[in-house]
Amino acid sequence: MRQLFRFHGGVHPPEHKLESSTLPSTNAPLPGTLVLPLHQHIGARAKPLVQAGERVLKGQVLARAEGNLSAAIHAPTSGMVESIAPAAVPHPSGMADLCITLKPDGKDEWTERAPVDYRALPKEQLLARLRDGGIVGLGGATFPTHMKYTAGAVQTLVLNGAECEPWITTDDRLMRERAAEIVQGIAILRHLVGAAETLVGIEDNKPEAIAAMQQACAGRGIDVVSVPTLYPTGGEKQLIRILTGKEVPSGGRPLNIGVTCSNVATAYAVHRLINHGEPMLSRMVTVTGAVKTPQNFEALLGTPIADLVHAAGGALPDAAGYILGGPMMGLHVADGGLPVVKSTNCIIVKSPQLFPPAPPALPCIRCARCAQACPADLQPQELYWFAQSKNFGKAQEYNLFDCIECGACAYVCPSHIPLVQYYRFAKSEIWAREREKSAADAARGRHEFRMERAERDKREKAEKLAQKERAAREARANPAPAEAAPAAGEPSQAAGAQQQTAAAAMIAAAAERARQQATQVQAKNTENLTAQQQADIQEIETRRAKIREMAHHDTESPKE
Amino acid sequence: MLSSPFISKPDSVSRIMLTVLMALIPGIALYVWSYGPAVLVSIALASVTALATEAAMLKLRKRPLKPFLSDNSALLTAWLLGVSVPALAPWWMVVVGTAFAIAVAKHLYGGLGSNPFNPAMVGYAALIISFPVQMTHWIAPHGVGGHVLSFSDQLGFIFGNHLPDGLTLDAVTTATPLDTLKTQLHMNRHIADIFAMPIYGDIAGKGSELVALGFLIGGAWLLFRRIITWHIPVAFLGALFVTAGIYHLYDPAHYVAPPFHLVAGASMLGAFFILTDPITGPTTPKGKLIFAGGAGVLTYMIRVFGGFPDGIAFATLLMNICAPLIDAYTQPKVFGTRGAGK
Repeated sequence: MRQLFRFHGGVHPPEHKLESSTLPSTNAPLPGTLVLPLHQHIGARAKPLVQAGERVLKGQVLARAEGNLSAAIHAPTSGMVESIAPAAVPHPSGMADLCITLKPDGKDEWTERAPVDYRALPKEQLLARLRDGGIVGLGGATFPTHMKYTAGAVQTLVLNGAECEPWITTDDRLMRERAAEIVQGIAILRHLVGAAETLVGIEDNKPEAIAAMQQACAGRGIDVVSVPTLYPTGGEKQLIRILTGKEVPSGGRPLNIGVTCSNVATAYAVHRLINHGEPMLSRMVTVTGAVKTPQNFEALLGTPIADLVHAAGGALPDAAGYILGGPMMGLHVADGGLPVVKSTNCIIVKSPQLFPPAPPALPCIRCARCAQACPADLQPQELYWFAQSKNFGKAQEYNLFDCIECGACAYVCPSHIPLVQYYRFAKSEIWAREREKSAADAARGRHEFRMERAERDKREKAEKLAQKERAAREARANPAPAEAAPAAGEPSQAAGAQQQTAAAAMIAAAAERARQQATQVQAKNTENLTAQQQADIQEIETRRAKIREMAHHDTESPKE
Repeated sequence: MLSSPFISKPDSVSRIMLTVLMALIPGIALYVWSYGPAVLVSIALASVTALATEAAMLKLRKRPLKPFLSDNSALLTAWLLGVSVPALAPWWMVVVGTAFAIAVAKHLYGGLGSNPFNPAMVGYAALIISFPVQMTHWIAPHGVGGHVLSFSDQLGFIFGNHLPDGLTLDAVTTATPLDTLKTQLHMNRHIADIFAMPIYGDIAGKGSELVALGFLIGGAWLLFRRIITWHIPVAFLGALFVTAGIYHLYDPAHYVAPPFHLVAGASMLGAFFILTDPITGPTTPKGKLIFAGGAGVLTYMIRVFGGFPDGIAFATLLMNICAPLIDAYTQPKVFGTRGAGK
């Protein structure tokens, strides 16, 4: 038995896994239209390569990865590109984003597939293949997978099969049904980073999945570990802690401690891509909640969620709205026309019976149940206090950006305060201020540059003027030597010297004027700072450095 | 609820407060058993006053009545104050103390969750400063003193300041074991002789040690139900024990052995029910230890060297002042800042 470690806190929400985990998964029916957002991953939006009206084949690249932190989008089936235009996407803001709409022709005709032997391919090419194959983390965060496997010195490869969120059973079904294929994917990932140790963490509420994975991994040097069921064990940092005892440093990444972590479903997708030449076209989706027959579907990306609900026997009479993802960290949407994207692991049909509205919030009584539940060892009650009083500096001091928004605090709050909303608000306010500050910095830079240019122009003008004057005087003085004796040359030279001195004085005066102006401007901006202001600036600068690092890292959400 | 999480644990402030109220019942039952039902009158008076004051203040502050009246927090303040004042305290005193606790100590500071001081202890402090004489009318426990007052006699005194003919107040009340110890020690009597007096039981006061046992049982239940954590009771009782122990070792003739202090007065009530009030105490585990440890030392000092019958109330209030500071300096390390492998 492997020694397991603990993370602080955690909660035990009702699991609701059995509703959907007992039925085998099936392929979802082909929908009438597929809507494929170009931004289904963390990073840059993919760049469309096709045009409206073009016929595309299954697996054909519709949009290529833009830059390194991006991933390609492919045609999930053959058909006609109907439009490339903004459409509603599953996002908290409800904003529209650029999508490719595809009308399937029902032929499901493949483009040429090119399986490769991963052992024969250089690492860079393999990574490029992952990017161009549209592989992103399928645990929910959709971080482009190739970016996680660039480092060479990885000691431990962790595969996340914890699936700690209630209701979701996609990884459970996938591990039960396709363990051998997952293991082939794991082999590729292990080959990429040369990990000495490969661990698969699965919560002990999935005994069938554990058994299937253990059987498939036997004799391959992959350790399948049953971990205690405790939300949020599936958080990347939490699972790494449980399996290795190591903590990903605050603001850091798993690679900092020689670990890299991917979801088991990602490993499966890698296997399909490399060994079969099939890019990311579909994913496993749990459809559960207030539906007639909760179950899992292998659904093409772009399938409208209402189609899947219909395939699951339809919503129950009291259903209203959907949760995409789990009830702890998922996203509420009302529109059934929204497409399944790479992050859509679960569709929970909501009903007032299953998800009763929370009672009205009462004041915080500082009972610290939230602090006892927080897997990041934060003091949520203090963060709440600072966020609601808009004391953002203090919120950061109390490590707001270590919050993974798992929702454990809000789940246990006896006053029913929507704590996570307060943290999201505080974070977005801080990011907004950050942007404002960098905009102001840029403006100041522009201003300074303009002042400098004005000064230079003035100096040059003064020099030119002086030169012109000198030239004029010399022209006036020059006719003299023609009539006067060479002896008269001396005073003329003296006059020239005088003129030169005058010109130099003018240049100096102009330069002095410009310098004075410059110092006046400077004095206004920086010289009369109080100690307090200087301290503030210092504080803001340190905070910025941290946030920049965080904002960069925060793109990786805790899941997967 | 349009933002995650979409589920919440079936728990509420009202349920937490109710659990604490339930946990007070063993102590109150043993109180009634030892001293008669007068304490129930105090509790009832305090409860009615607390709810009425709460409603009036909510109205004045234009806050909704229902969620706050049903949160049970006012009732808890009332019960704690009810068991803290002498059972024979006149009715108006209980009313004044409770109204002061709810109106001033709670609502003037912003109501539930915003009060820096424990309202019940503010009420108690206001009473003991304003009516020091009435606050010493402790009934003698059954089996001690000459006369046992019937319930109607007790009611007669509480509401009419009237005792049965031929009885004086001195005949039915007694100084508390803590007070008696202090006065007798001042008269240079030996501790062993003092403890031979009839008001003393096995460890502390007869009757009061039973009540303390009741609160200990209730407190253990709160721990079991995870309403409170171990930090505050252990740190408070530990600090009280150690402080008493140091003085006792230094001069056993003048400083009583530490077990007495754990059981005497309101030690158990304070350890499990008063200092554990989350609103007015620190939230960090280390902070709770410092907070309750400080209260233990202060309680001993006030009891032994101060002029008040017990030290819990003032020790609590003094430590309430420090709670925000303690929290600020005891922040636990967050995930990922402790170094690997720990």
